[in-house]
Amino acid sequence: MTEKKIRVLVAKPGLDGHDRGAKVVARALRDAGMEVIYTGLRQTPEMIAEAALQEDVDVVGLSILSGAHMALAPRIMELLKANGQTDVKVFIGGIVPDEDMPRLREMGITGIYGPGASTEDIVKDVREAVKL
Amino acid sequence: MSLTESILAGNRLSISRLLTQVENVSVEGRAALAELFPHTGKAHLIGVTGAPGTGKSSLVNQLALYYRKNEDKKIAIVAVDPSSPFTGGAVLGDRVRMRDLSGDEGVFIRSMATRGSLGGIAQTTASFTQVFDAAGFEIIIIETVGAGQSEVDIARLAHTTLVVEAPGLGDDIQAIKAGILEIADVLVINKADRPGVEITERALRSTLELAHPTKRVYRHHGQNMSVAAVHNDMEAMWIPPINKTVSTEGKGITELAESIAKHAAHLHQSGDWAARDRARLRSELEILLREELMSRFLENLPTTKYDEIIEKVINRVLSPYEAVQYLVNGNVPHPNPLPSREGPGLMVRKIGE
Repeated sequence: MTEKKIRVLVAKPGLDGHDRGAKVVARALRDAGMEVIYTGLRQTPEMIAEAALQEDVDVVGLSILSGAHMALAPRIMELLKANGQTDVKVFIGGIVPDEDMPRLREMGITGIYGPGASTEDIVKDVREAVKL
Repeated sequence: MSLTESILAGNRLSISRLLTQVENVSVEGRAALAELFPHTGKAHLIGVTGAPGTGKSSLVNQLALYYRKNEDKKIAIVAVDPSSPFTGGAVLGDRVRMRDLSGDEGVFIRSMATRGSLGGIAQTTASFTQVFDAAGFEIIIIETVGAGQSEVDIARLAHTTLVVEAPGLGDDIQAIKAGILEIADVLVINKADRPGVEITERALRSTLELAHPTKRVYRHHGQNMSVAAVHNDMEAMWIPPINKTVSTEGKGITELAESIAKHAAHLHQSGDWAARDRARLRSELEILLREELMSRFLENLPTTKYDEIIEKVINRVLSPYEAVQYLVNGNVPHPNPLPSREGPGLMVRKIGE
């Protein structure tokens, strides 16, 4: 008999081509027993919301290193809501200046991780946010 | 609107949520499946299997694009990737190759992990196809894990099974091994722009000729020699066509879609469509029955007794086969019944306390 699994979408919106971080996080979540749907580089917010809908994920992890997080994150949050996925938790990893963090959290972003964040913390936070 | 009505109307969020319920084998999921079941049996199920790196995902992407463009059919894709046997986690990466399909409401892609199942698809993959079938998806493409030679579950599930090969992966001995090639309804040599494509094609063709002896003319020492067919019902036999594709460039996809359509027509004409449907449902029923009987049996069995028997097997007092007999019947038939004065019959060996 199968049990419930945490399903996570790991996506890279925007135009920067550095997916090392996203892959490291994807792998850490996998090793923690989660099912990670990896969508690859250069995804539009629409593509990410569509994938989140089709895959019925509990969590969306966004990797953004281009500095475009204040444009991309709100759009993705909006689309998730429009699709009826208000319970999905969204995490961001990448380069996010301190002054942007409060506004991102206000938008409903659950966690923000910069360089040097430990994968153990990320796994722990994802588990806590989902509580399956 | 009830969940079932919402699925039948094609609501994407409802479909997605139900798939999760089905995958987790929840009571709600099973109930909804039961309600949807009368609405299934319309879709064409296409299985895509083959070794890792042969380009299955890219091929599925191209096929789906083709169907959307030329036949205006709703397409569902179930992409299966392996779960880690150690952590139970999985990275499902098939969507990476299917980005061309995003933004199209007529396509629904769902990734699933095998969750311990070994045949190349997950235990609930068949149920997934039923949900999509009921929701009005006319073509359902199932992409298997691609672990290789033992992935035959897909042939039981799909109407048409594509086996994808690529140049340089194996010689003709690989090709005559039992298993994956035998399940092919359509053979695909993907990456056909690579060197070695002729060798792969020759190997596949000779394998097919071994499997499907047919009337044809051989050239031998400059003479045409006709070889008689072994079977009389040659006309009715389906011989898997070999299609060459370059999925990154979309080459050969039209011809592949034609082969698939021909196979579907053949299935309908020969009555194999109904036969496959029957076989699939039968095997699904058997699997579920086995599961149910097993869980009921274990429910009624005290764990101490089970552990006790396992201990006896470990100590070589009982063989695993005898242990099963004991668990089920309460005694162990003697392997070599000795002639008994009371007459013929099985001797029963007592298990000492």
